[in-house]
Amino acid sequence: MADPALVERAPARAEPAAEVLSVEACAQGPIPLEIGFSLRAGKVSALFGASGAGKTTVLRTIAGLWRPESARVICGGVTWQDSAAGVFVPPHRRRVGLVFQDYALFPHMTALGNVMAALGNLSASEREARARDLLALVRLAGLEHRRPAELSGGEKQRVAVARALARDPHVLLLDEPFSALDRAVRASLYGEIESIRCRLACPILLVTHDFEEVARLADRVLVLERGRIVADGDVGAISARADLPIIAAAAEAGTVLVATLVEVIADRRLTVLDTPAGRLFAPLLDAPLGTRLRVRIPSRDVILAARCPEGLSVHNALAGQVVEIASRPGAVADVAVAVGQALLRAQVMEDAVQRLGLGPGRPVIVLVKSVAVTIPGN
Amino acid sequence: MDWEAFVLSVELAIGTVLCLAPLALWAGRALACHEFRGKGFVEALIALPLLLPPTVVGFYLLVAFGRHSPLGQAFEAVTGHLLAFSFEGLLLASVLVNIPFAIQPVQRGFEAIEPSVREAGAVSGLSPWQVFLRIELPLAWPGIVTALVLTFAHTLGEFGVVLMVGGSIPGETKTIAIAIYDRVQAFDDRSANVMAATLLVLSIVALGITNTLSRRIGRRRG
Repeated sequence: MADPALVERAPARAEPAAEVLSVEACAQGPIPLEIGFSLRAGKVSALFGASGAGKTTVLRTIAGLWRPESARVICGGVTWQDSAAGVFVPPHRRRVGLVFQDYALFPHMTALGNVMAALGNLSASEREARARDLLALVRLAGLEHRRPAELSGGEKQRVAVARALARDPHVLLLDEPFSALDRAVRASLYGEIESIRCRLACPILLVTHDFEEVARLADRVLVLERGRIVADGDVGAISARADLPIIAAAAEAGTVLVATLVEVIADRRLTVLDTPAGRLFAPLLDAPLGTRLRVRIPSRDVILAARCPEGLSVHNALAGQVVEIASRPGAVADVAVAVGQALLRAQVMEDAVQRLGLGPGRPVIVLVKSVAVTIPGN
Repeated sequence: MDWEAFVLSVELAIGTVLCLAPLALWAGRALACHEFRGKGFVEALIALPLLLPPTVVGFYLLVAFGRHSPLGQAFEAVTGHLLAFSFEGLLLASVLVNIPFAIQPVQRGFEAIEPSVREAGAVSGLSPWQVFLRIELPLAWPGIVTALVLTFAHTLGEFGVVLMVGGSIPGETKTIAIAIYDRVQAFDDRSANVMAATLLVLSIVALGITNTLSRRIGRRRG
């Protein structure tokens, strides 16, 4: 599709992307806030935290819908807000795309009208064609003339995404865009967001309290707790941080690793993935060699052994070293194990920790029962 | 049928609607969209004419419009005639009495718009003025029309305040409601009947319009 806004990104995101958006904000209340971060083009960052942590407030600050006592927002070299210098660009002059949690579609307009309303910068004749293109991009061709009340939750979300993209945003903000949808619809929309992010040159900031979304979509995670960023890093590193209560609570999501498909063993119906934790076997995938993948290892599916056992159904046995052990409610322990360059998390019974004599520094064999592989942008 | 009174009533109703429309639009939207200190007090003040007996409202207005009040004196100095017992005085009284009928439905209309929809307009690049014209007005429209219809119908039928402030001067302050009273006093039941039936039909039409429109609000939100 010939599309000036959705620039094809450089392959494999090799070159370091410029910092596009930098945000600093400080407020006493009603929602206390003390944050500072910057986002790079083409990356999906997740603002992850419990409800009430101030995630939405951060998005609203970037969009200009909320003015904290002191804030500095700079996007693409343009100062949107600088309370010290008395600069405040109102929301309608900021090039942001925002997908609201409840989608906030204009109820009196059709799907097409909703998207066209955000295309005020184009001439009337171009507007409709562009709006149709955007709706086709989110696979809503044919539903242009439905009103929001006649659309399903998933379809509404797609209209909201198309409307957010209509302004050629310099930053795309997603406020818990999946929270109102059931699981099956979510899965297909994750793919949608992934394919859009591959075409979009701007940074994407996703607000969520669901670690599965983080593991699936984000490159980078900012963990927000009571208005402060308590951890910031790539999704693999953060997912291994058992010391963060909210990450520990999301333990089922497990560790996320970036992987490359290096070998296909067709007769055994297996693929071999190169990951920071070493080589992993996964079920046969329909993807060419060299494909960049994302592997999620749920911590409940990780078994620890003192020696490498024989005659197992499990394909993946990796040698590692225990880094730390944290106990969790219900006689469960969260064990972080360094394997190669990665940190894997295992959830085992505390009794097992005693029996195996596990402790920091102790070598251990990590058996991985299952790996969930996703191909970003597919 | 006293056509002079009927025409005067319609003129008064149109004048009242024209004066109140901008005020109600501004005040109703402000009350719906902003939180401020004393908002409860302002809302109670707006509702006051609904509760007070028309004779009480009429009495205070008569005092305020009279020759001994600053307002009455200022009006007389400019126009040369009394504010009380004039069409202008009647119009001003009618505007004040109809404030709750005009503002409350408009306020409800704007309150029905989700704040995030308004914000979505801004984030979509619409200026505050465009958000008002293209998002808020169409969505609050049923409430606005309800307010105008109610104000119009209520002005046609207003009796107590009109009698107190306007007296019953034909062509100047004698409205159809007063004319009905006049005819009944004169035992002219036939004329009273025709005029009363006219008001009844107009009121039913007005209620029909407002009901249809408020159901439309419900449908759109569902």
